[in-house]
Amino acid sequence: MSTELPEPPSKIDLKPGVGGGGEIPSFDITLRVRRYLPEATADAYWEDFKLTMYGTDRVLDALHKVKWEQDGSLSFRRSCAHGVCGSDAMRINGRNRLACKTLLKDLDTSKPITVEAIKGLPLEKDLIVDMEPFFQSYREIMPFLISKGHEPTKERYQSAEDREIFDDTTKCILCAACTSSCPVFWTDGQYFGPAAIVNAHRFIFDSRDDAGDMRLEILNDKEGVWRCRTTFNCTEACPRGIQVTKAIAEVKQAILARTV
Amino acid sequence: MSVSIPAPRSQRIDPKYKRGPKSRGSFEMLAWLFMRLSGVVLIVLIFGHLISNLMVGEGISGISFGFVAGKWASPLWQFWDLAMLWLAMLHGTNGVRTIINDYAEKHATRAWLKGILYVATIFIIVLGSLVIFTFDPCVAGSQLPQC
Repeated sequence: MSTELPEPPSKIDLKPGVGGGGEIPSFDITLRVRRYLPEATADAYWEDFKLTMYGTDRVLDALHKVKWEQDGSLSFRRSCAHGVCGSDAMRINGRNRLACKTLLKDLDTSKPITVEAIKGLPLEKDLIVDMEPFFQSYREIMPFLISKGHEPTKERYQSAEDREIFDDTTKCILCAACTSSCPVFWTDGQYFGPAAIVNAHRFIFDSRDDAGDMRLEILNDKEGVWRCRTTFNCTEACPRGIQVTKAIAEVKQAILARTV
Repeated sequence: MSVSIPAPRSQRIDPKYKRGPKSRGSFEMLAWLFMRLSGVVLIVLIFGHLISNLMVGEGISGISFGFVAGKWASPLWQFWDLAMLWLAMLHGTNGVRTIINDYAEKHATRAWLKGILYVATIFIIVLGSLVIFTFDPCVAGSQLPQC
């Protein structure tokens, strides 16, 4: 008969306050979502969801919880859920934010958290809008490298200083948070919008690109950069922290310098 | 109730967002530039006007028909007031024009509002210029010494 061996220490008692993150605080929130179900009702309406969420949760997690546990008909766009793909831009407490980058604990959880679709684009369902007008403007500014002359055998050289000029505007993820926060775009949707100008800026100031003049000509339109009223909504809305209004001002100056 | 939703990426676009034909020339750029330049000049003109009218000499109590007549006897003040009239009117009109463009949603509303605006502007500029150039201090019963 084998002797009874003492159980190996599988648990080490730590002194209180050593190691571990402790319990994640949880709290109750009310998520007030602007619903729009074109098959069921003609108008959009607000719907409240009561949820228990944790300190590490984001608005996107709250939306998931609603969709997975309470109401599967809730529709929204998200892909990577980590602030890179730019799918889940929405209006959270009246400000354009990425749902996947907005922590619930940073919002006022004592009041209902409002979530609605971004404004100025045609609403399709719940938090989903038709992005086509947004991408139409993006396509118009030719967001691709256009170069003249012979193609180099190796890479196209660029100094670190030349790269630095347009570094800020390379960060755009096309989430439409800026364009759909712009009051000029809300009016009639004719304005090119901050996102298209930011992406034009990225190529206009690229030393390897030769079509800057063409893009400046496109943005010299009556619906181009001159409709910007420098309200800075776009800069405030950008989840990547791009200085959007500054980029627009630089394009304005480039057009002026070219003409005058 | 069923709603037909077009297929995604079909490139169909709400007609509201179809941009009109490309604008020719650089009118919007010149208007933008004019707002900045006229704004700077107007700061000098308006403060010069306020200081000379309200603070120098007898101040506000010294303003009368005779005071204006005296000022417009000098070509400098004629030019000053003319420049102020034109720049302020064009600056203000362009400002209201952009506000109309930003806030009016229908083409017809926009056209009407801008039409009224331009008529009013032209009327005030023409009237003001005529007053400055054809001003005659010697109205009937004038007690000014030069009459």
